[in-house]
Amino acid sequence: MYNYPDNSGHFGPYGGIYVAETLMGALEELNQAYEKYRHDPEFIAELNYDLKHFVGRPSPIYHAKRWSQQLGGAQIYLKREDLNHTGAHKVNNTVGQALLARRMGKPRVIAETGAGQHGVATATVAARYGMECVVYMGSEDVQRQAQNVYRMKLLGATVVPVESGSKTLKDALNEAMRDWVTNIENTFYIIGTVAGPHPYPMMVRDFNAIVGRECLVQMPELAGRQPDAVVACVGGGSNAMGVFYSYIDMPGVKLIGVEAGGHGIASGQHAAPLTTNSAVGVLHGNRTYLMQDENGQIIETHSISAGLDYPGVGPEHSWLKDSGRAEYVAINDDEALRAFHDLCRLEGIIPALESSHALAHAAKIAPHMGKDKVLLVNLSGRGDKDMATVARASGIQF
Amino acid sequence: MSRIQATFDKLKQHKRKALIPFFTAGDPAPALTVQLLHALVEAGADIIELGVPFSDPMADGPTIQRSSERALKHEVGLHHVLDMVAEFRRSNIGTPIVLMGYGNPIEAMGWERFAMRCAQAGVDGVLTVDFPPEESHEAFGHLQRHGIDPIFLLAPTTSDERIAKVAKQARGYVYYVSLKGVTGAGHLDLGEIERKIPQLRKHITLPIGVGFGIRDAATALAVAKLCDGVVVGSRIVQEIENSTEQNVIANVSKLVKELRSAVDKA
Repeated sequence: MYNYPDNSGHFGPYGGIYVAETLMGALEELNQAYEKYRHDPEFIAELNYDLKHFVGRPSPIYHAKRWSQQLGGAQIYLKREDLNHTGAHKVNNTVGQALLARRMGKPRVIAETGAGQHGVATATVAARYGMECVVYMGSEDVQRQAQNVYRMKLLGATVVPVESGSKTLKDALNEAMRDWVTNIENTFYIIGTVAGPHPYPMMVRDFNAIVGRECLVQMPELAGRQPDAVVACVGGGSNAMGVFYSYIDMPGVKLIGVEAGGHGIASGQHAAPLTTNSAVGVLHGNRTYLMQDENGQIIETHSISAGLDYPGVGPEHSWLKDSGRAEYVAINDDEALRAFHDLCRLEGIIPALESSHALAHAAKIAPHMGKDKVLLVNLSGRGDKDMATVARASGIQF
Repeated sequence: MSRIQATFDKLKQHKRKALIPFFTAGDPAPALTVQLLHALVEAGADIIELGVPFSDPMADGPTIQRSSERALKHEVGLHHVLDMVAEFRRSNIGTPIVLMGYGNPIEAMGWERFAMRCAQAGVDGVLTVDFPPEESHEAFGHLQRHGIDPIFLLAPTTSDERIAKVAKQARGYVYYVSLKGVTGAGHLDLGEIERKIPQLRKHITLPIGVGFGIRDAATALAVAKLCDGVVVGSRIVQEIENSTEQNVIANVSKLVKELRSAVDKA
C-alpha cells in the first residue's frame, strides 16, 4: 500500500525540510499539532461540519454529455470543485489549516497567493473564524488580479504587494516565509499548495483528499464504475493530489497531471518542470523538479493561468512521476483557451483557466478512446476570475 | 589545523573576539569583490562570510535581497564566486573565507564537485542557510572529505535536542541568529542572547558567533562581550548600497575599522 511521505517528510528522494534553522521550531510545533489532531474525532467532526455547511460539500460529479459526444470518444465526467464556496478546491485546505491554527492558539494567519484564489480562500476562513489575515501577493499579480485583491480586502484581509524578484507567486511565498519567521509566536502560515517544507505537502494533500474520496463513492453511482483515467492540472499540484490520492492504490486507474505549456515547450516560456524533466533542486523548503538555469538560479515561468505559473511542483508529484504511477503532460495557453470556450458553450460551465488545462488534455485523449471508456477531470475552479484574461486573449476590451 | 580553528585559537590567546563581516560576492560589481575582501582584512576582519547570490533568498531581509539582485544583474554565479576566492588566496593565505548562501546553486553544481572546487580555491567553510542538519548528511560529507567546515545556524527557537544534533555535525564555529526574523531586522534582544549562550555552551564546544541585527559599534561591543565572534552583514551591505564604486572601498573600510575598535573593547 502507498504510504508516503516517510516520517521525515520524504517522498522517495523528494520533499524534506529545507528551511533555515529559524523556522525549524515552528515546523516541529506544526508537525506535532497536525499529528495530534488529524485523527482527533472532535477536529474531524468540526472540519466535516464546515466542509458541509460552509463550503457546500460534497461537490457533485457531472457527466459532460454534449462535450463527450462532440469529441466522439470516452465519456467525460467533471468533479465540480468550481461549485465550492469561493469557487475552487482551495477552501478545502484553508478550512482545515485555519481550524488547526485555532487549536494551536495562533490568532493571526498569513498566506501567499498568485491568482488570488488561495488568498481569497484564506481571507474567507479568517473572517469566518475571527482571525487577523495578511496575504502576500506579487505586485505584478496585484495588478493583474485587481478584483481578487478587492475581494480579499472586503473579507477584512490586508494584502501586501511584493516587489522583490519577479514580483509573482514565488516571491510572495518568499515574503510570507519572512513574515512567518518574524512573527512565529502568534502566526500560522497557511500554504496553499502541496509544496513547502514537511508537513505542508502531506497536510495540504490530506485536506484536499476529500475530493478523491467523494469521487470513489460518486463515480460508481453515476457512471457505474471507477474511471479509466483521472486528469487534473498541476501548478504546485494541490487539486491533482486531492483527486489522485484515493486512486493511487488502484492500478487500473491512470493518473494524468497536466502542466502549463505556456507559449509551447520549445519556446522555453512555460511552467512545466515535470514534463520537461527539469533538473531537481531545492526551493521553498523541499526538493523537487525545478525550473532553473545552469547556475541554479530559479527562472521566470509563463502561463496564461496565474495559478499554474510556478517554477517548482509539489514533491509528491515528482515522486509519482519517477515511480511511474502518474504521467505528466503539458497543455499550451491556446489549447487551454479552446477547452475553456468549448466548455462554456457546450456545457454551460465557465471553468478556471487552470482547470481548462486538464480539460484540454481530456479533449485531446478522449477521441482516441472507446465510447465505453470513462475520464474523470477535476474541474478545480470556476472561471469568473479569468474574465479579463480571456477577453484580452480574444481581443476584447471592457 | 584548519584556518578557522587557527584564527579562533590565536584570538583566544590574545583575549580578543572575532569580527566577521558579510557581503555578497559581485556587489556592487564583480571587479570590486576581491578588493573588498582585502580591504576588509586590512580594516580588521578576522573571518569573512562571502554571500553567494541567489534568486530567492528566503531568509534575508530587503537589504541583502537587493544585494543579491545587484550581483545577479552582473550574472555572478557560484563559479565566479569560487574564482574570486581563488584570486584572493593568491595574496592572502591567513584569513578564513566562509561561503554563505542557499543550497540550490550548489545542488546545480553538484556537492562533490563544489567541495573539490572549494578546496582548490581556498574556501574554509560553507554555510547553507536552507540545509538544516536533517537534510545535510550526504552534502556535508562531501565538504568534510575535502576539509571544508560546515557552519550551522542556531536560533532563539532551537531546542536543546536540536542544539545537540547541530553540535555533532558542526565544524569551525556555529552562527547564532540573535533574533526572530530575517537578516537586517532591527530589534536586537541582548537579554535573550545572554540567556541563550550558556544553553548553547552545554552542547557546543566550538566558538559561537552571533549575528542578525548588529548595526553599529555599540551593539557590536555589547554582543562581543557575550560570545566569541560578531557577524555583521546587512549594515555592511547597506554601506555598499549607499556608496559609489569609487568610494565603496573607503566607506566600508571606515565602517569595519569602527566595528573593530568596538569589538576590541570587549
